[in-house]
Amino acid sequence: MDAHYDTVIIGAGLSGLAAGVRLAYYDQRVCILERHTTIGGLNSFYRLDGRNYDVGLHAITNYSPKGAKKGPLAKILRQLRIGWDEWSLAPQVGSRIAFPGVSLDFNNDFDFFRSEIHREFPGQKDNFERLVGQIADYDNLDFTHADRSAREVVSAAISDPLLVEMLFCPLMFYGSAREGDMDFAQFCVMFRSIFMEGLGRPAAGVRLILKTLVRKFKELGGELRLRSGVSRLEIADDAISHLVLDDGSKLTARNVLSSAGWRETMRLCADGSHDDCHPGRLSFVESISVLDCQPRRLGYDRTAVFFNDSHIFHWQRPDDLVDPRCGVICSPNNFVYDAPPDEGMMRVTMLANFDRWQALDERDYRLAKLHWYDRMIASATRWTPDFRSHVVATDMFTPLTIRRFTGHENGAVYGAPQKRYDGTTHLKNLFVCGTDQGFVGIVGSTISGISIANRYLLKPTP
Amino acid sequence: MNQDDIREAILDIFSGIAPDDDLSDLKDDVPFREQLELDSMDFLDIVMELRKRYRIQIPEDDYLELRSMNSTVAYLEPLMKDVQKV
Repeated sequence: MDAHYDTVIIGAGLSGLAAGVRLAYYDQRVCILERHTTIGGLNSFYRLDGRNYDVGLHAITNYSPKGAKKGPLAKILRQLRIGWDEWSLAPQVGSRIAFPGVSLDFNNDFDFFRSEIHREFPGQKDNFERLVGQIADYDNLDFTHADRSAREVVSAAISDPLLVEMLFCPLMFYGSAREGDMDFAQFCVMFRSIFMEGLGRPAAGVRLILKTLVRKFKELGGELRLRSGVSRLEIADDAISHLVLDDGSKLTARNVLSSAGWRETMRLCADGSHDDCHPGRLSFVESISVLDCQPRRLGYDRTAVFFNDSHIFHWQRPDDLVDPRCGVICSPNNFVYDAPPDEGMMRVTMLANFDRWQALDERDYRLAKLHWYDRMIASATRWTPDFRSHVVATDMFTPLTIRRFTGHENGAVYGAPQKRYDGTTHLKNLFVCGTDQGFVGIVGSTISGISIANRYLLKPTP
Repeated sequence: MNQDDIREAILDIFSGIAPDDDLSDLKDDVPFREQLELDSMDFLDIVMELRKRYRIQIPEDDYLELRSMNSTVAYLEPLMKDVQKV
């Protein structure tokens, strides 16, 4: 045995890092183990040909301006002892849900979204308000009936099926692990965080948020080990006795907090515990196009456009490598920054099939990336000005990239469809946080790490 | 620590929990929750900070004593009388 910790955290994504900051702040001896060569998990970043690229989410949801005391963002900043200025979030310019012949714009002022609903769907005004009332009344931390079908609840309130589809489109793209539907709990969280609070982004990208957390964690004495995967959790008396790493070394810990995913964590348990929960199947491809000018110069001022080219929105794994019928277009340029980024960038995200990408050999994989880049941009430019003649560099990530960064089976971007809101496991000193605990996105995963750490791991040492 | 020292110590904990909040108008007889938007996570932090800084253990049943500055100081006074001011 070469080291003993109060808590070992598996995974250096936002949830693991946030939990690590909390525990290290209260003087625990904490080690975060990350199998990948870099931090961030789904929300990571890399440098290619002298340019910075972000992987993962486009924006931070739950935007609140400096000085706001309510809401999840304020809560995170307080819990992690981070001043608002450290992230200096720029609010979005404005986003759009675009279906054939009908579009709804939204920004960080919910009354504007209300006016858009009234404009396009005047007959649904009262129904929409009733739904908003139900969402406002729903208590995020009361997880009874959390997994009831959001589609049933929303369709009962809103009688125009097109509006139902349009409301689900952005919320599913930004956080549903369930095909065709969402848990109602998840729907409420996402509705509030995207429509009622809104989007923001630090000028330096998501990397700034990750770097802030790593710096805090290390300043507090936390230990971060990259390239350190866990291969096995050894068990005795219904508890983890020690962890075995990929290189064969061993660690002991009073508690283990895993952000690896539910199935991925269960599979590490040496008691042969298995579970009947299905792995997630929803994965993404994303193309990144660097432009020779700001998108606004081409007449494109939207922060994100969630589009779907028919009146039915298909939130399911495609049979083909990519489903080009629907997607999200996001320009990180279109936030209200003090100084805009030098280069223009357009990101286009679509649903993808992990197995199909996985089956390709190296040459076909490279060709498929080129082929699908063209098809994705052709589909996306139906909803934006045609920016293709301004592209100076491109990159693309696929479900295989997501698996490499997150370790999720199937490259499941939002993890398994069945969430474990309570965070406990069959072992008394093993807890889970992150995507499969239930909250997604930058703010959601950070809250997940904080709340599980607070609830189970900040108890005094006996 | 006397009552004034304890009050200072609590204010210092608040300034760490909510660095962007202005604490100069805090009223001692009004519950914190009505002035500072604190939730249960923040109350846990007050308890944890007291433990971290002064080695004071507050049982969960007593958390309600921390509702306002006056009640907090009254509750902590016997527990902190031997704590040296830093």
